[in-house]
Amino acid sequence: MNISLRVILAAALCVTLAACKTTKTPPADEPEPVRPEPIVQPVRPSDVYDWGDLETDSCLRQRVVYFDFDQSVIRPEFARIIACHAKFLRDVPAAQVTLEGHCDERGSREYNLGLGERRGNAVGSALRAQGGGGGQLNVVSYGEERPVCTQSNEDCWQRNRRVEIIYTR
Amino acid sequence: MTPTRILLSALLALAFVLAPHRAQAQGLTIDIVDGVPSALPITVVPFAFEGSGSPPDTDVASVIRANFNRSGQFRTLPVQDIVEMPVRQADVRYGTWRTLRQDFLLIGRILDADIGTFRVEFELFDVAKQVRVLGTAVTGRQAEMRSVAHQISDMVYEHILGVRGAFWTSIAYVTAVGSGGNITYTLMVADADGHNPRTVVSSREPLMSPAWSPDGRKLAYVSFESGNSAIWIQHLATAQRDLMTSFRGINGAPSFSPDGTRLALTLSRDGNPEIYVMDLSSRQLTRLTTHFAIDTEPVWTPDGRHIIFTSDRAGKPQLYQVPAEGGEATRITFRGEYNARPSIAFDGRRIAMAQGAGNVYRIAVLDRTLGGEGEMHLISPGTLDESPSFAPNGSMILYASREGGRGVLNAVSADGRVRQRLVLADGDVREPAWSPFRQR
Repeated sequence: MNISLRVILAAALCVTLAACKTTKTPPADEPEPVRPEPIVQPVRPSDVYDWGDLETDSCLRQRVVYFDFDQSVIRPEFARIIACHAKFLRDVPAAQVTLEGHCDERGSREYNLGLGERRGNAVGSALRAQGGGGGQLNVVSYGEERPVCTQSNEDCWQRNRRVEIIYTR
Repeated sequence: MTPTRILLSALLALAFVLAPHRAQAQGLTIDIVDGVPSALPITVVPFAFEGSGSPPDTDVASVIRANFNRSGQFRTLPVQDIVEMPVRQADVRYGTWRTLRQDFLLIGRILDADIGTFRVEFELFDVAKQVRVLGTAVTGRQAEMRSVAHQISDMVYEHILGVRGAFWTSIAYVTAVGSGGNITYTLMVADADGHNPRTVVSSREPLMSPAWSPDGRKLAYVSFESGNSAIWIQHLATAQRDLMTSFRGINGAPSFSPDGTRLALTLSRDGNPEIYVMDLSSRQLTRLTTHFAIDTEPVWTPDGRHIIFTSDRAGKPQLYQVPAEGGEATRITFRGEYNARPSIAFDGRRIAMAQGAGNVYRIAVLDRTLGGEGEMHLISPGTLDESPSFAPNGSMILYASREGGRGVLNAVSADGRVRQRLVLADGDVREPAWSPFRQR
């Protein structure tokens, strides 16, 4: 391949990329698509979260809040998790979260659907109180229909009484 | 031990001997929890086959016997003790059955009818009065012999007790097979004795809360197939279905009004679960409750004038009653720290519910016959019993319980004295709903 051909090809590639870039401008209400970050650490203040932190930050990697029986009050030990996810939602306004509320098997199923929603709302309120945007949050209650554990004992029940923080975008 | 007690013990022992065999043959286990001294003794003689070809696969008399035993109203003579096998009235010797302390005797025979169908003739005798009190016939196809047995059971039950039988009815329930993130949920309909199960709808997302239309032709249920709860109504004959509500938040607990024109349901679209009534022709919604508590599980009183529902407005879940046209809700349960998921008997006076105390949940029946707060009776042993559903004649209650980490169904007589388990071969079964009567 001679040099002139390489130059032409490179130029053509640039034009194509530029064309792609201009035509792919997203609508105003849609967030920027996620681009894979280069290996080099981006130039940004180290205390601002971005997408990559979801898989690496030890706090953000914790996405389950557990509850006491028949309660929707957030226990003090989960304040740190709530705080870091609230900060992530502030730092990454494009992020969207579904809060899945779950219950243990005790009590009636439809009532537990209400209780699971109450738990999801409790986590949602805590995230909003710390600056998470209301439009970033969606609460879905599964009641007792999606247990992670099916034994009838307190250890298992505790694992099922939970809100899962699920990033959908 | 009195002779009666000895006889009862013998019967119980026999029931347990028979149980494993039946379990293997039919996927059911019989679990008689107590003898019932008040149950009427009846003998169901094996029905003679008088057709030309091969007899039906179904043992009609044994299906009838199982129905009667499960009801708690009758106690059938074990087959081994049936010393004579009368086929017609002329064969009946009353003295034999009087000696065996039987009140009633049912005999029958199976004859050829049109091609592929049988005519099952049966006769019922009152042993003490020495008279034939019922004699008629039911015709059905070879594959319908269980239905024929249920129809005969209903006729005998009604003739003796003056109450319509509920054996020829159906039950709906939800099964969950698999574990972790790989669960298949299926809404099923089966005969009232658990036989002949068929799939209504299946999903990888949860299915909940089946509710029958009063004509028995449709089921309302909750499905998470869209990523959130939504209420559907499905026609059983055609499988055609309609999405009724899919608002933000909870769409739950559907319940048809007794006239079939309205659907009570739970929506949390305005922030927390409230009871609504939907007019099914216009789909217009009327909100019945306004409270920051969880209000859910609405069911209609048989006259269609009130709705009874679960609310934790006093702290823990209790049952409340509100006029179906709207108005003030009044609390109706005062005993038990946790009362939820009501099911109302046809008489409107008895309300079954899941009652919790600590870690123990049992089925309780509130009897409001005498007025006041009513009387509360526990009818299940616990420890995680839920989702009661009355038979359309009020004689029995289906409910779900947990056994060995999975759900099983139980059929219990309304007085709590006779109980039978319906166990799936595989997976977990929950949320039984007993159908209405077939339309005559």
